[in-house]
Amino acid sequence: MPAQSTDAENHQTGHPLTGMLNMHRFVFCPGCLIGTVITSLAACLKAENLTARDYAIVSGIGCTGRSSGCFKAPAFHTTHGRAIPFATGLKLAKPRIKVFVLSGDGDISAIGGNHFIHAARRNIDISVICVNNSVYGMTGGQAAPTTQLGDITSTTPYGNMEPPFNLVGLAAASGATYVARWPGYDTLRLQKSMRKALNREGFSFIEIIVPCFTQYGRRNRKESAIEMMESLRAIVDLRVGCPPHEAALDLNKGRAVCGEFVETDRVGLIESLQKLRGRLKEGGSGKQ
Amino acid sequence: MKNDGITVEKQSALSAPAPVLSTGNYACAEGALAAGCRFFGGYPITPSSEVAELMSRRLPLVDGTFVQMEDEIASIMACLGASFAGVKAMTATSGPGLSLMAESIGLAVMMEVPLVIVTVMRGGPSTGQPTNASQSDVYQVRYASHGDYELIVLAPGSVQEMYELTIRAFNLSESYRTPVIVAADGTLGQMMEPLCLKTAVEQVQRKGPQVSPQDYKPFQVLDEDLVPAMAVAGTDYDFYATGLTHDENGNPSMDPESAEKLITRLCAKIRRARIHINDWETYCLKDAKLVVLAYGTNARGVREAAEQMRAEGHKIGMVRLKSLWPFPDELMDQLGRRVQKVVVSEMNNGMLIREVERFRHRFRVAGITVPTPVPLRPRDIYQRLLEEI
Repeated sequence: MPAQSTDAENHQTGHPLTGMLNMHRFVFCPGCLIGTVITSLAACLKAENLTARDYAIVSGIGCTGRSSGCFKAPAFHTTHGRAIPFATGLKLAKPRIKVFVLSGDGDISAIGGNHFIHAARRNIDISVICVNNSVYGMTGGQAAPTTQLGDITSTTPYGNMEPPFNLVGLAAASGATYVARWPGYDTLRLQKSMRKALNREGFSFIEIIVPCFTQYGRRNRKESAIEMMESLRAIVDLRVGCPPHEAALDLNKGRAVCGEFVETDRVGLIESLQKLRGRLKEGGSGKQ
Repeated sequence: MKNDGITVEKQSALSAPAPVLSTGNYACAEGALAAGCRFFGGYPITPSSEVAELMSRRLPLVDGTFVQMEDEIASIMACLGASFAGVKAMTATSGPGLSLMAESIGLAVMMEVPLVIVTVMRGGPSTGQPTNASQSDVYQVRYASHGDYELIVLAPGSVQEMYELTIRAFNLSESYRTPVIVAADGTLGQMMEPLCLKTAVEQVQRKGPQVSPQDYKPFQVLDEDLVPAMAVAGTDYDFYATGLTHDENGNPSMDPESAEKLITRLCAKIRRARIHINDWETYCLKDAKLVVLAYGTNARGVREAAEQMRAEGHKIGMVRLKSLWPFPDELMDQLGRRVQKVVVSEMNNGMLIREVERFRHRFRVAGITVPTPVPLRPRDIYQRLLEEI
């Protein structure tokens, strides 16, 4: 099976996830945590014994957009912002497989914002993993809807004047049935959260806060990627049972509330469609 | 069928059930279901909405999926996703919606995704005339997306043809791993005519991988038709599909050679198949000195005018295009051997006529091109044709 690594492979390369990943498609900068997010997800898939026939990875454009190709699975590098509707069609047409959207903050909350809220509303059974680095990294460090107030980017040379989206609040208000936020370095909590998302039904949203030193840190008086991670760790406020409207994320004011904010059950579109087909097969009118 | 005289469709009325009265939009949905379409992602837009409405009613009955998405971008992207799950997918829209789909058409070309897009043309630009017809999107259907690509576009002229060409669109899309557009117009979408549903429909299925998952390369060409075998999600095959220029392994590649190789092949796989794709109907071509060329519902009035002129002894013939793109250059060559003049009639300010004008070295070209929201009247076309004789 292509997605499972063999012991011989592991022995050769020394990495237990080699069989799940296309190492030659890792294009990320030193200090970037996208690679960590990818290996975390791969570790979850491996732990769940999922192979290429069991899942698919969909991404949009940008740094995180390049992540889908790293998986030895059906992997789709779609257009900017469109990963979620592509994943919706894929999941609706083949409900058996687990569908992951792995994309960036610009992809999911700017150009793809409309798709994001509607996927949450219809509670489509996919897991959206958003790597939030506060900036458009691949295109050269322009401002995103997640850029912190006052920060310098290549399109906010005088400081960002727009307040950022709180993606946890947005997802919760739109109807997501699982919403969590984690710092990118906290791989244990992240993996636990990913496994929860992939094993539950409904629209799951996991936001991962990562530093982008290359395009963001350098312009905002940070010394290194490590320093950015250290300063993130200093302000992370891990909470249990925190409601989504209290999930503050203000990196400059020193607040990054992390944890699980929504975990609820609500009938999703896949289940409703399956029930409808069943009712029609029994000769009913289809109406509930 | 490309014979002279009145075209007789292959489909026999004897084997078909009794005709039903149907609109073009309903006929389109019927054709899609007959072709094996089991996924529809759409967004309502006049004058195409009835396609979605009938699909929403019928798809759940055949284990299919209908989903109304948040916009046309999402609609076509959902179809791409469904197609990569191995399910035949369709969306239907009109000009403003197709504008939004432009980006994804390019992605479907690049990822080589079988998919059918129906556009029921209305007047534009912008919101234009939602409840009226038009043929002003014949360039939009061809060139909506950026980049260098070829696309297949079919143009039905009757309710029956809306049914049959939708079926054909699915078969072409599966054969060539490409999006196919059915370009109807508002009149055709909304009008009612008898429709003979077929009892047996030929369904083409895309070719799947013939090698093991380890040896499979998602964009490797092994056949003369230049179409790579397509793996789908949920099988043992892993593959990478990207909108970036890529090599046969699916790896993004920015080197000029890869780009040239890929773009050349993507265009060539359609261009090379022109003889199988292009379709038209002819009338009284044998001794015609003047030929009038039309398509869609507008061709119906043109035909009436041409028949009247024939009856009066004029040496006039007619060609009705059933496919618009790739443009049938070979038909122009044939006409060039025997006719002196080609008159193009269309419901726009003169669009497809520009393609015909490329053959001015073979015959003279004139136009009866009016940006009218209703098909031209036969007597008006007749008057204009008299001036061209």
